[in-house]
Amino acid sequence: MMNHNDAVYMDNNATTRIAPEVLEAMLPYLQDYYGNPSSMHRFGGQVGASISQARKQVADLLGAEPEEIIFTSCGTESDSTAIFSALQSFPEKRHVITTRVEHPAVKNLSENLDRLTGHKHRLTRLMVDPEGCLDLQKYEEALAEDTAIVSVMWANNETGVIFPVVEMAKMAKERGILFHTDAVQAVGKIPINLKETDIDFLSISGHKLHGPKGIGVLYVRRGTPFMPFLVGGHQERGRRGGTENVASIIGLGRACELAAANMADENSRVKKMRDKLEQGLLSSIPHSMLNGHKIDRLPNTANISFEYVEGEAILLHMDQYNICASSGSACTSGSLEPSHVLRAMGVPFTAAHGSIRYSLSVYNTEEEIDFVLAKMPSIIAGLREMSPFWKADM
Amino acid sequence: MWEYTDKVQQHFLFPKNVGEIENPSGTGNVGSLACGDALKLTFKLDDKEVITDAKFKTFGCASAIASSSVLTEMIIGMTLEEASKVTNEDIADRLGGLPKEKMHCSVMGREALEAAIADYRGLKLPMAEGEVVCECFGVTDLEVIRAIKESNLHSVEEITNFTKAGGGCGKCLDRLREILVETSHQGISLKNLAEKTKPRMTTLQKIKKIEEALEREIRPGLRKDGGDIELVDVDGDFVFVSLRGACTSCVKSQTTIKEYVEKKLRELVLDTLIVEESK
Repeated sequence: MMNHNDAVYMDNNATTRIAPEVLEAMLPYLQDYYGNPSSMHRFGGQVGASISQARKQVADLLGAEPEEIIFTSCGTESDSTAIFSALQSFPEKRHVITTRVEHPAVKNLSENLDRLTGHKHRLTRLMVDPEGCLDLQKYEEALAEDTAIVSVMWANNETGVIFPVVEMAKMAKERGILFHTDAVQAVGKIPINLKETDIDFLSISGHKLHGPKGIGVLYVRRGTPFMPFLVGGHQERGRRGGTENVASIIGLGRACELAAANMADENSRVKKMRDKLEQGLLSSIPHSMLNGHKIDRLPNTANISFEYVEGEAILLHMDQYNICASSGSACTSGSLEPSHVLRAMGVPFTAAHGSIRYSLSVYNTEEEIDFVLAKMPSIIAGLREMSPFWKADM
Repeated sequence: MWEYTDKVQQHFLFPKNVGEIENPSGTGNVGSLACGDALKLTFKLDDKEVITDAKFKTFGCASAIASSSVLTEMIIGMTLEEASKVTNEDIADRLGGLPKEKMHCSVMGREALEAAIADYRGLKLPMAEGEVVCECFGVTDLEVIRAIKESNLHSVEEITNFTKAGGGCGKCLDRLREILVETSHQGISLKNLAEKTKPRMTTLQKIKKIEEALEREIRPGLRKDGGDIELVDVDGDFVFVSLRGACTSCVKSQTTIKEYVEKKLRELVLDTLIVEESK
């Protein structure tokens, strides 16, 4: 297997490295402290105290109260829980608002509500403009008497574009509508203070912020009506059945603490590296363009299209240099069409098929940026030479 | 990540015969930027109709580039007659196989070769003359039928893997299913096929049940008010109906369709049906 030290890892919106501090915090709970937090004996009970501490660590990163934090198995479970909960809490409301650019966790759920719930729903999927931004006027027009829930991601996973969810939640609240945000990409990268918002539900995924895979969080605002998705034991105060994934909960707590400590670094050093990478690529490679709003964007994400070449071919050439990134091309997705996000933005096919997403983390270095900047121009030029659409004088 | 053979990797990373022949004997252009892959194949013939040189330019993924590269390697030295017998399976085999979702890359190679041969002979491509079934990727029924026969395809998913048809908006999936049933009529019994391709209900079964439900449960109610309803078409889960008589001028006709007809059909036939008015 390829050693992680050899990888030039720029695919942090896909998943992240577990921080060494996180692993260290987890290990005792995989080895020694295997007790069940629900048990009556001290051996199990002491684990419950550690979970409480992790819950507080998560709450602190979000500006929330510990009892507003529910541990789940992943971001997808959190999204499903929030949306189904809202629909069950307001059975007379059958309208859902979301966007065209949601992650499949929300997209595929909202598009299949009729089948999944056995009830007919009305779905509004808000359009985005060519820079990937929403039109708040259109949003306001969509809010209706029968709207049960709005689900809008905080930041887009492909472009990094940040949506004005704080403002949108306020508009929903004024009309008595619940608001959910899939903040899987935003948490840990940009400051969040839920106390100052009207957001009812917020989803987190552990492995996107240097925590382990298989752990997620659903924030549920105190007072927001809630119906559990997984029904079983009394864990999570009856809001999510199933024995706690103790080690991962502990790890996620530590990851949140680290994210808070690294927030300034993420928004200065990481952002600077991202900007350097982005500007370097755009200036050294002709017919390349940025996808997504230049300013309203996560500090770590750069989505760049290289026209007349195809993303999978680019990625596999990058892979020869151990550079890890993602593409919105059709071939990488296993489907035959390029990314729904880029298509919603109206990115032309010439560019959508050749889009590459670089997503950095605090573990990236200047040297890595220089390395990628040195390798990319010849990769693109080589593929263009092979492309029937590329003319040497372009 | 795709599991590519070493052969695919080699032809992708170090492709053979990249470029374009000047004054070629034949040129084949297939695919488009919108489709996500495209191939321009040129070849040169000597006076005995032997391919002396072949070059390609490809826009596409690793398997598209590898298929193009290996194709040029295969056909150089062949007579035109031999080359015209090269199939997509031959191309895939030479690469040690392709992931099933990528078989269309080998099909593209074969199509480019055919187009180039047709170009040399001054002929039109017969495949392009069929009726376009998949609008997203511009695939004709003739191309689909050939893929089913030659590669022995048994499901719509396989048709998509081999031809890309149905991989876009999905509107043509039912038509593909029909073509599949019509084409493979001989080899496999219709019943087996229907089970394989459509786990729930065939369109025919759906139509029968819908007609039954309309007659027994829905029409009597409408007729009382001087109206009537007719089934126009069934396309996947979409049921197109046309209201007749008093219903046509009724302001509530939309409500009737959604709240009454759709509800009834979902209850009696299939819970995923969507009823639309055909105008």
